Amino acid sequence: MVKNSFIFLVLIGLAAILLNLFAGFNGSTELGTIAAHYASKGIEEVGSANLVTSVVVSYRGLDTLGEVTILFLSAAIIGFFLKVDNTDNKNRQLKYTSEILNTASQVLVPIMLLFGAYVFINGHLSPGGGFQGGAIIASGLVLMFIAQPKKEMGHKMINIVESVSGVSFVLLGVAGILFASGFLDNKILSLGKFGTLFSAGIIPIIYILVGLKVGSELTGIALSLKENQNEA
Amino acid sequence: MENITLQNISLAIGILVILIGLWGLLTQKNLIKIVIGFALFDTGIHIVMVSIGYIKNRTAPIIDSAVDMNNASNLVVDPIPQALVLTAIVIGLGITALMLSYVLKMYQKKKSLDITNYKDLKW
Repeated sequence: MVKNSFIFLVLIGLAAILLNLFAGFNGSTELGTIAAHYASKGIEEVGSANLVTSVVVSYRGLDTLGEVTILFLSAAIIGFFLKVDNTDNKNRQLKYTSEILNTASQVLVPIMLLFGAYVFINGHLSPGGGFQGGAIIASGLVLMFIAQPKKEMGHKMINIVESVSGVSFVLLGVAGILFASGFLDNKILSLGKFGTLFSAGIIPIIYILVGLKVGSELTGIALSLKENQNEA
Repeated sequence: MENITLQNISLAIGILVILIGLWGLLTQKNLIKIVIGFALFDTGIHIVMVSIGYIKNRTAPIIDSAVDMNNASNLVVDPIPQALVLTAIVIGLGITALMLSYVLKMYQKKKSLDITNYKDLKW
């Protein structure tokens, strides 16, 4: 009972702090100085129509590299932690997958993969980007796992895609030091004509690599969890 | 009534989701429900951050036919919180998957999802 009232007190305290924030909040009417710089100078400095993309990939590119590293770390820990020596599914009880799920997955999976690729290739022009596109690709592959649970899919291909795209991301960043003004500078390639697919320097290339890396990592996590189903 | 704006509503929803998530984290005994509480807490913080970056009568930070290139800083909402939340969603997803894999391994070891059965590290 003492414990319950303690929990209640913690909740009340946090609610009081957040209500204070809520009551004192009026909403801003102007962008802050950094945001205003990103919005007004972003086009000539980075050349990306999507300003969020120019912040994520170019102005704060190092943070994105760190984020990809955290995602890689969690995928690697899950892969290490849920490793199963015996992946044969012979004695596994599988539920019957319905005709609807099977047919729908055959129609939807290729379209989802294509849409994911579209989202990350156009990340500098329209809403979207590497992380979103990678998540769409991974959800397409998860749909495939659900529809065909007996199908074997090794980690080898996933690991190769993940490693190659991760290393290329870092190498592109280093190329920025050698050929342009700093790490992950996007002016290695010319900025091109604003608003076209081949513009904004190396942003499309980085987003393609991020999309492949995120897609393969999330697929690897789902695959590790799937392989552990017979153990539970 | 003039205080009820889109921004206030989304901020209130975000705060509510944070509190529900914290309540779930603190009171639930089932490990999966604790992970769900964490995910809700995470989502609430994302909603709060995006609604703080919103500016009334402005549009998404993408330069297209709706946003004039030379006047962009007076027409778009703040892109920085959106970029931060984009980062935070992906990390939250990775951390949630990591916690779920721990739960899976714990269940395989003891065949129980009740947190009161795990006393190994309790002091």
